[in-house]
Amino acid sequence: MIRTLPNSKGYLTGFRLFILIFFLFLFAPLIVTMVLAFNDSMFPSLPWKGFTLDWFLGEGPDKIGIFHDKSNIRGIVTSFKVAISVSILSTIVGTMAAFLFEQEDFKFKGLLYFLMIAPLVIPGVILGISILLFTNSIGIFLEDNFGIYLKFLTPSFGLVVIGQFSFITTIVTMVISARLRKFDRTLEEAAYNLGANKFEVIWFITLKYLRPSIIGGAAIAFLMSFENFNTTLFLVGAKSTLPINLYQQVRDGSTPVINAISFILIISTSILAVANLYMGNKKEK
Amino acid sequence: MKMKSKTQKIRWSFFIFFIPVALWLFLLIVLPHLELLRISFLGSGGKGFTLDNYKAFFTEPIYWLTFVRTALYSIFVTMIVLVVSLPVAFYITKISSIRAQGLLMILILVPFWVSELIRVYGWMILLRESGVINVFLVKIGLFKEPIELLYNDVSMIMGLVYTSMLFMIVPIIGVMGSLDDSLIEAAHDLGAKRLAIWKEIIIPYCMPGIMSGSIIVFMLVLGSYLTPKLMGGKNSLWFTEQIYNQIIVYFNWNQGSAFGFLLLLLSSMIIWVALKLTKQDFTKVIK
Repeated sequence: MIRTLPNSKGYLTGFRLFILIFFLFLFAPLIVTMVLAFNDSMFPSLPWKGFTLDWFLGEGPDKIGIFHDKSNIRGIVTSFKVAISVSILSTIVGTMAAFLFEQEDFKFKGLLYFLMIAPLVIPGVILGISILLFTNSIGIFLEDNFGIYLKFLTPSFGLVVIGQFSFITTIVTMVISARLRKFDRTLEEAAYNLGANKFEVIWFITLKYLRPSIIGGAAIAFLMSFENFNTTLFLVGAKSTLPINLYQQVRDGSTPVINAISFILIISTSILAVANLYMGNKKEK
Repeated sequence: MKMKSKTQKIRWSFFIFFIPVALWLFLLIVLPHLELLRISFLGSGGKGFTLDNYKAFFTEPIYWLTFVRTALYSIFVTMIVLVVSLPVAFYITKISSIRAQGLLMILILVPFWVSELIRVYGWMILLRESGVINVFLVKIGLFKEPIELLYNDVSMIMGLVYTSMLFMIVPIIGVMGSLDDSLIEAAHDLGAKRLAIWKEIIIPYCMPGIMSGSIIVFMLVLGSYLTPKLMGGKNSLWFTEQIYNQIIVYFNWNQGSAFGFLLLLLSSMIIWVALKLTKQDFTKVIK
């Protein structure tokens, strides 16, 4: 049944076979995508026509690699800018929310907590259109009554950041709250007794203690923002983010340049994920 | 005197935390959804109160059929994901050697972070008519000529299972890891069969993880746009596509809002029923 009990050979072999098939299923699409980034063919499919780096370095005219593909590079840059903005904003507000829910007591705390976790069960598509409709209504109201035109209230870079911020902050809050819950509050009392004020206690003691989870939360926020599609779809303006840009190419068919982009993304997210995991393991010790 | 100044400072810090959080939740969560509800009751042209947008949903079969189909498929996918995830989590936490455990966890977590779009794209390369699987099967002589394996309900369901299953496995591993082995050993020594051990010990103990995984998977599948669009066929319309069409293609925001609100209502109701049936508490499950 489990590793400490005697198990029949058939049971173990069957289970191992199942796990093997599972991991094959899990990795087959990723590996095929990465391998075909090096295929010397105009289409992301077999037959294998030889190894090439053209889909990374190619300068055209027929094979344009990712490093010369202007539209996709623009998408990557936009996604980076959005992801950095979102992770900074949501880490700041998420840390505040963690303090609020873990260390403060106030009326309607339960209700506010419920609202804080609500974005987890709101489909991203709905969140996107709600924010689109709401900011549009405010924009019209401001323009009609005061003659003020605010760019970030129409589909644009700013609106994408606002939309992603609205639910990613929830995730960051939960990551930081989980660590804050384990914080030994007698350390705070000791600092107060030694004459520190609230600000100093938070800055020198609690935030120091929270640092691994703040970094981890920011990394998760960055990845979630960089990859977000559903919410962004409704809020994006003329400058599309990478997932939106890639989606159009995948839908309409494209050269293996998408495989090259996927290769870079899979490798870099893997490194980030493993680094995050490693840091997480270290903080446990 | 000293006490008083300390409590004042604490109130001051309370507002520093409270104001940004309250602004975030009211401006970006509460008000936008109230606005969604308000707009769903406006007639075309944006004037007057009307129920027409909801009436259209119930009188046009294509709308409510897509809605029912999306709901049923989402429940179905969630169940498949659960059935696949339980043995995987069990193997990693209870059967594999301790040394392999860390490696398997990393192998599980890495694809978790790769974007849905890339994972779906990988399946498209594998399954389509000119895809890798077809080339392989024709070569070994199983198929005479390539067959389109993509763009049907089966490929769509497989894609939805694939993109969402890690969100089930990770929370279940979290709970199952803390299940004391001696409970299973004791049951085994007392003569319990495997099925009984699963039913009486493992499943009840893992219920919080199963519920939070199920809620997340169900939400992801129900709100999915990419996977049904890219892997489903012409007839595999998903309700999110209906919403997208109303908002972006037809520019009918009132109708789109009504659809959006119905989807929100449906998801909250199904989650509520599932929590009631398994006697779990939402705020505890989510933690």
